[in-house]
Amino acid sequence: MARMPPSPRPRFALWMAASGAALAALAAWSLTVGRYPVGAADVFRALAAALTQAGGIGDNAQAVILDVRAPRVAAALVVGAALSGAGAAFQALFRNPLVSPDILGVSSGCALGAGAAVLLALPLAGVQAFAFAGGLAAVGLVVAIAARVGERDPLLTLILAGVVVGSLFGAGIALVKFVADPYNQLPAITFWLLGSFSGVSPADLGVALVPLALGIVPLWLLRSRVDLLALSEDEAASLGANVRGLRAAVIVFGTLATAAAVAIAGTIGWVGLLVPHAARMLAGAPFARVFPLSLVLGAGFMVAVDTACRSAFAVEIPPGVATAFVGAPVFIALLAATRRAP
Amino acid sequence: MKLAARGLDYGFRDRVVGRGVDLAVGAGEIVCLLGPNGSGKSTLVRTLLGVLPPLAGAALLEGKPLGAWSGRERATRLAYVPQATATDLDFTLLEMVEMGRSAHRGAFSHPGARDRAAAFAALERLGIAALAERPFHRVSGGERQLALIARALATEAPCLLMDEPTSNLDFGNQARVLEEIARLRDAGAAVLFSTHDPDHALRIADRVVMIRNGGTMAAGATAEVVNSENLSALYGRAVEVAWVASGEGTPRRVCVPSSGRPS
Repeated sequence: MARMPPSPRPRFALWMAASGAALAALAAWSLTVGRYPVGAADVFRALAAALTQAGGIGDNAQAVILDVRAPRVAAALVVGAALSGAGAAFQALFRNPLVSPDILGVSSGCALGAGAAVLLALPLAGVQAFAFAGGLAAVGLVVAIAARVGERDPLLTLILAGVVVGSLFGAGIALVKFVADPYNQLPAITFWLLGSFSGVSPADLGVALVPLALGIVPLWLLRSRVDLLALSEDEAASLGANVRGLRAAVIVFGTLATAAAVAIAGTIGWVGLLVPHAARMLAGAPFARVFPLSLVLGAGFMVAVDTACRSAFAVEIPPGVATAFVGAPVFIALLAATRRAP
Repeated sequence: MKLAARGLDYGFRDRVVGRGVDLAVGAGEIVCLLGPNGSGKSTLVRTLLGVLPPLAGAALLEGKPLGAWSGRERATRLAYVPQATATDLDFTLLEMVEMGRSAHRGAFSHPGARDRAAAFAALERLGIAALAERPFHRVSGGERQLALIARALATEAPCLLMDEPTSNLDFGNQARVLEEIARLRDAGAAVLFSTHDPDHALRIADRVVMIRNGGTMAAGATAEVVNSENLSALYGRAVEVAWVASGEGTPRRVCVPSSGRPS
């Protein structure tokens, strides 16, 4: 007689605790890294001073930690978490572990919006607002096309519509680059397309946190339901799910989180594809475990990548380039490991 | 009656697939749906599942139109076993079966120890509890199908609707799945299943409904309806139904296609 397998909860709690602790350590360490030397003890003192309004560690060090590094680390944390959480949601929606959060064209929409804002010489907040609106517009267009033509196979139609809209918006980006002033605007657009955490102010971050939370919190609340989307539509409906409503919810909330992340830091690829994959290898397929673990791992991955990007070389490397250099080989290794396993 | 169709026209908004189907499945009974490719078995099953609305007539679950039940009410009364399930995500068998418990929960609530125990009990009932932690994609097709049946049991619905549950299975696994379906019937379940193989109807069905060319061709007790004449007409090939001695003591009937067109 087979015995009931032990509950996966304690093991999962352990993974969450371990990755949470590693994340905290990583974030703290990241605050000490940089050209202006600040020790770990001083980082804690500066943070404590900011919280208690007490005396700090000297104006310069305090400013470096609180005004330069802390917003940047915070931005990397939330962007990594948002992209990874959205990636996990889209992978569940499309029943496929190789899907990334920009499958519905959100990134190219954001990029076009941002490019247009640069052309119009808007300030950074304007660029972010345009990026966000562009992302929502692209996904809205994809969903509208799919709703029109995709009665028989809605998921496939969504993917194809995403490819079409993504490439259409890509052409728009090319046009924006073509007409941009090559000395000022073009570098700004390229910089944005490659992603960056430099220059993120606490105020920008605060504004972007609202749509980000509006995306992540509902996904977290629905975490035990999302797995039903992994089944065929008929099966999910037979198990009591409102398939259309649930799908729409995942698309809307995943898009909100992705667009907010892209609006903060530009288009950074690979994170949303890679991190949920890793989370699944550690915690199994159920979304209720993959989603929270993806948030933590994604935050950590992004902070690690950005810290390396700003400190490893004399010149800062765009994080989007670094995630691709790290992501592509790691992903191939993961893929090989998945396929080889018995 | 657990599940019934009364003068049911089924199909899509722009295309009627079948007209005027009557059938009924009660507790402790297996009804088998036979028909050639393209006869609309799957469309009928989807209509009886409540996924497609009836075009005319009625599809009734416990006497009430399927559309009148809420999704969750329906899910705890009627369970569905598909031909196969399409996901590339690596759920374990136990996790897959645990999804059957979502019928008993709201959208924002989470499964507990009781749901897990119920899922495991369903796996035990089908004799595959030892595979509980194996990934769904790494067990045999027959074991996968048994897991999908276990998931249907985990909903605790008294009525089971199965769409060609044996069509992706090898010979041995087909027999195993059919045995389990018969055992569920003996435990009081109402079962409606469709199949390509009339032998499966002979093996376990109490009653048979044959559909062809958008209508019911024949319906009734298995012994009366599944005969050479009806099968030949249903599939457009000459089919003989012969008696064979079986190890179980009583002779059984089997279908044998013969060459040529029906006379």
